[in-house]
Amino acid sequence: MNDIPNVTISAYNLSRNFGKRTAVHKVDLELRRGEVLGLLGPNGAGKSTTMQMLTGNLAPTSGSVQICGVDLLKNPQQAKRYIGYLPENPPLYKELTVDEYLRFAAKLHHVNLSRIDSVLTEVKQRCGLNDIGKRLINTLSKGYQQRVGIAQAIIHQPEVIILDEPSIGLDPNQIREIRILIRELGKSSSVILSTHILPEVEGVCDRVQIMNQGTMVFSAALAELKQKNLSLERIFEQFTLRNEPIGN
Amino acid sequence: MILTIAKKELKLLFVSPLAWTFLALIQLMLTWVFLGQLDAFLELQSQLMQIANPPGATEVIIVPVFAVASLVLLVATPLLTMRLMAEEWRNHTMTLLISAPISLTAIVLGKFLGLMIFFLLAMLLAVMLSLSLLIGGTMDLGLLLSNIIGLSLLAACFISIGLYISSLTSHPAIAAVGTLGILLALWIVDVVATNTSSVIQNFSLLRHYESFNRGLIDSFSLAFLVLFILTFLILTIRRLDGKRLHG
Repeated sequence: MNDIPNVTISAYNLSRNFGKRTAVHKVDLELRRGEVLGLLGPNGAGKSTTMQMLTGNLAPTSGSVQICGVDLLKNPQQAKRYIGYLPENPPLYKELTVDEYLRFAAKLHHVNLSRIDSVLTEVKQRCGLNDIGKRLINTLSKGYQQRVGIAQAIIHQPEVIILDEPSIGLDPNQIREIRILIRELGKSSSVILSTHILPEVEGVCDRVQIMNQGTMVFSAALAELKQKNLSLERIFEQFTLRNEPIGN
Repeated sequence: MILTIAKKELKLLFVSPLAWTFLALIQLMLTWVFLGQLDAFLELQSQLMQIANPPGATEVIIVPVFAVASLVLLVATPLLTMRLMAEEWRNHTMTLLISAPISLTAIVLGKFLGLMIFFLLAMLLAVMLSLSLLIGGTMDLGLLLSNIIGLSLLAACFISIGLYISSLTSHPAIAAVGTLGILLALWIVDVVATNTSSVIQNFSLLRHYESFNRGLIDSFSLAFLVLFILTFLILTIRRLDGKRLHG
């Protein structure tokens, strides 16, 4: 490992229009290895749209995305190898068992066939899915389904992990476990997570960015905030309760 | 990667009762026709012998079996293709495929191949049924081969158009109705043709299949069906790409 900070995601000037409506407007985002970024914002601020653009599910109207130095728009297949993505709705095939599903996800991400079994055991261990490998996903509770979704996102040990509201539907114990997992993931890879829960950001993130009405309105390191004794809640209110449109 | 997706499609098919019901039904119907024709053939055999160039067992028994098989396929395809794309969008699982480091072409071809393997399996039942005639006599294997090629191509046409229609909507039921409508229209489009050389006849899938059914491997029909398959596969890929671009 070199001590020069390694940039894993750099997105510049990212914009996306849906017809005449601008969902995301000129968003810049940069993430280094070993960093956990919390993306905050009220509903409809453009967090999910931004994440869809970072994972190649949606083409930006303008701007560029580089994942580990590979251009996502010019070379999507290469760039997507580095990404693990848990969308808002976990993409689960409900008719499959947990094992069958995770095996399929591993194959999709080019995990070496000889390594699949060990990878599967490891990821189930990490996400607390040990005893339910043979269960149909359909029969699992929302919390377990969410965990299968997270397992799917990290099965190929990606450099960049993008989690859209990962703790939704989990009980308090599971939320704590997931936070520990995210912290752990944040050591080896970089993580972006979006959430509404402010304590979650304070608990697991190194940096926080706040979006409102499609633009990035605030960005700071959490350590810095703590040093200045600023409360995240106050900042969130201050930047998202403004009535006048920001930016455009 | 195409194979991984094809395997997943097959697995999803076989965990649902739909696939098994379909296989059972097609087998039941084909056997019914087969036995009926066999009975007729045995009854008429003595009379047929007196004709100068009598139709053989293959022509009397197998040709109608394959003609019925094509109709069963026409009705069943919409039910099997409807969920290929539409359900992936409805259940948000398409995100998993799009986020993975694979090309859109691989996704579409994998899905196509998965269902094609399933149809070939159904066809294998029909072929084994036909080959059982060998126990009692000789067969025109060339005619059988031409029927197999024709039915495979027809199945591929049905799948490719079903796949495309399914990619247009996130409601499997709409995809099914749309596909059935278009398949029926393509089946009977030639009824409006007033003379036999009308251009519109070329668009009738039935007409192309009929020549294979009679044992005629017509290069024009062959080319038409292959181009038909390719066109709809490419349209599906473009549709997937368009979804990414336009949301």
